[in-house]
Amino acid sequence: MNCAESEILLHALIDGELDAGHARDVETHVAACPACAEKLTAFRAMREAMAEADLKEAAPAHLRSRIEAAMPAPPARVIAPSRFSRPSRRAFFGGFAVGTALSAAVAASLVLTVVRNDQERTIANEVVSAHIRSLQAGHLMDVETSDQHTVKPWFNGKLDVAPPVIDLTAQGFTLLGGRLDYIDGEPVGSIVYQRRKHLINLFVARRLGAKHAGARTETIQGYNVRHWSEEGLDFWAVSDIATDELEEFGQKFAAALHPPSGPS
Amino acid sequence: MPGDANGEHDRARRFRDAALPYLDDVFTLARYLMGNAADAEDAVQECYLRALHHFDSYRGPAMKPWLLAILKNVCYAEFARRGKQAPADYSEKEPTAEELPLWQEPQASPETVLLRERDGDTIRRLVADLPQPFREAIVLREVNDLSYSEIAEIAGVPVGTVMSRLARARSMLRSAWNVVEGSTHELR
Repeated sequence: MNCAESEILLHALIDGELDAGHARDVETHVAACPACAEKLTAFRAMREAMAEADLKEAAPAHLRSRIEAAMPAPPARVIAPSRFSRPSRRAFFGGFAVGTALSAAVAASLVLTVVRNDQERTIANEVVSAHIRSLQAGHLMDVETSDQHTVKPWFNGKLDVAPPVIDLTAQGFTLLGGRLDYIDGEPVGSIVYQRRKHLINLFVARRLGAKHAGARTETIQGYNVRHWSEEGLDFWAVSDIATDELEEFGQKFAAALHPPSGPS
Repeated sequence: MPGDANGEHDRARRFRDAALPYLDDVFTLARYLMGNAADAEDAVQECYLRALHHFDSYRGPAMKPWLLAILKNVCYAEFARRGKQAPADYSEKEPTAEELPLWQEPQASPETVLLRERDGDTIRRLVADLPQPFREAIVLREVNDLSYSEIAEIAGVPVGTVMSRLARARSMLRSAWNVVEGSTHELR
């Protein structure tokens, strides 16, 4: 062992992170090298000084109460705390989450035609959170099948709407299944599609954000979000695929929902 | 599904029991990452809300590193929002001569330094003056008492990088400490 290696490894030795073999190697080197021995002594002394200095700070009592107060109190029937409509919203975000979303939106030069109201923004954030949550193991699908005729009945009795479940495999978006999720405290249906290695959550509910004519796409926390309304339902598609692909998804979905032969 | 109030209440209680004991740990890291108490408090609160939000999908690691990882993400998102230089961009090379004065005592006279500061305050300040990735590593190690692999997980770097960051952090602390000591009395 040379001094360069020893200089790094002696910290691991001090921290008790070395296996017996490497610990012996470092000690052997240090025993023969006064420079490294001096460092080992100095860094050990520093560790002790830091331990004595007791650098851990006690969180102020008011912070503890703030956090306690932010915990959902019963009754609540949501996965996510329904926190956004409360007056202390600013305190919850502390300028973090919303600000991040907005600057990301600006950076990605979005198609934001109007300044959206708070509720719309809240739901957009919630939709992205639900998408991220769904990507964690075991949370993606409640009913797993590529058969739209299995997914659609599964939602019966779970939602007050019947979300249209459309197989878009032929159009390049594979139907994977469906899931019951909660956005802003309300149950929503999620239909899960796959595009190459990317997943798309299509959230459907009777009322989820402001109704408006065209579709709107934006980027939140790196995810693209597309919101549109039709047939009295709100649709939110979220994915990490590119905006143009998400747009394509929305168009293919709408086209399948309104077959050209049917009356539109 | 979580349709009943008791379930939700129970979940919040379980979260409280599991997560609140680490409030001091989370707050301390926030203080060192954000620099001031007000920002630190906002970050800690956001961290706990996010943690609660994701508590259903929480399967590990241990609660403390999980919370600290969330806190770190909250802080970094805030840095990004403010348009600060990404902390990870800091060069991990040896400091140049021009950089070294960063850690020296600026203008306080030896007497005031001696009178004003006990060792603990000095160490706190020297740690706070470390560049971000080194500060993060040393606080996670010395204050939060995490293992190298837990630190690696939080920092998103290999364990080898954690080792070299800790080695650099301690070397910087040592030089800075020697500067402070040297300015108060003759060193050795």
